[in-house]
Amino acid sequence: MKICVTGQGEGLQSRFEERFGRAPFFTFVDDENGLESLANPYTDGSGGVGPRAAQLIMDHGAKVLITGRLGDNAANALRSGGMKVYTSGGDQSVAAVLDEYRAGRLQPLQ
Amino acid sequence: MRIAILSGKGGTGKSTVAANLAFSLSQTMEVTAVDCDVEEPNLHIFFPDGDVAEEEVLTLVPIVDPDLCNLCGECSRFCRYGALVMGLNGPNLNPQMCHSCRGCRLVCPQDAITEKGRGIGKVSISHPLSGLTLITGTLNEGEVMAPPVIKKAKEISNSGQLTILDSSPGIACPVIETLQDADAAILVTESTPFGLHDLELAAEVVKDMGIPSGVVINRSDGRDQLIGTFCKEKSLPVIMTIPFDRKIAQVQNRGDLISRLDPSWSEKFQELYRKTSDLKEAVQ
Repeated sequence: MKICVTGQGEGLQSRFEERFGRAPFFTFVDDENGLESLANPYTDGSGGVGPRAAQLIMDHGAKVLITGRLGDNAANALRSGGMKVYTSGGDQSVAAVLDEYRAGRLQPLQ
Repeated sequence: MRIAILSGKGGTGKSTVAANLAFSLSQTMEVTAVDCDVEEPNLHIFFPDGDVAEEEVLTLVPIVDPDLCNLCGECSRFCRYGALVMGLNGPNLNPQMCHSCRGCRLVCPQDAITEKGRGIGKVSISHPLSGLTLITGTLNEGEVMAPPVIKKAKEISNSGQLTILDSSPGIACPVIETLQDADAAILVTESTPFGLHDLELAAEVVKDMGIPSGVVINRSDGRDQLIGTFCKEKSLPVIMTIPFDRKIAQVQNRGDLISRLDPSWSEKFQELYRKTSDLKEAVQ
């Protein structure tokens, strides 16, 4: 199952990003330890970035999203795609957030 | 002649100028005032009289036929506004975010998309004074797409006669829509750093759009060097100065007009119109 985490940079060691639609990077990991970071093309968009970012990560095959906070439009888009969303926060790495998720310590958002 | 009144900064006195200008000119000619501040229209407060006719404003939104849709997602990839998102059961529309560009319909390889009208606001028309037609655009609560309501209000106004367009604050899409096809613009400001900051933005917009403009300084304490220096630099004429005067504020707060109570103010606003017309002439 593919998991998407919002990050300030590429890869697992970059800082976790609390914003969703304007997160600089989306980092995807899957069950086979596959790793991919995608630069978010919507960071400077004037509007509608939440749903578009949701579409982007769903098109990328993610089934789970871990981010800090979501607007209503992004949340509705993710819900329509059957995505599971978990929230985390604070100054930590993408890897640390994933560890928390795998340990079952993150709160589901919807 | 279409005169747009804008400011950049909110609360500088756009509607005060628009209402007094409309009232003063309506004494001698036919005038249409269009309230283009559709999120918070307020010209009607100064002109409450007369029967009101209303027209609904519709925008087109897509409807997807689930029997024809094959979930390919072309529509949602095309939508730059994030209004269409491909979910598990087909495209989901967030109607408030739709800009009615109709692109999703064009790109759908299945021809699964048709359109329907959706009400987002209304335009009201009244004749509060013998020489004055008031057209008010009102965006429904919870809606965000102001430009279609402004466009409809402007379409209804008779382009043949003198039209005063009272804009919303700022310089975003609603102001650009208001300024389209304007022959001249009046930039209302106040002599404060905030007033100047937003006047600079507004001045850039009218310059880019090629609309001849003049500045009205409202609530002037007589020390307007800040604005004056900027206007000189940009060759923007100051075409009226309204003093910071408790009496004017009191009239305004009652919903009345200084030009209705004091004929000398009516003359000053007629002079403002002449100077604004001259701006247009100077360009031609």
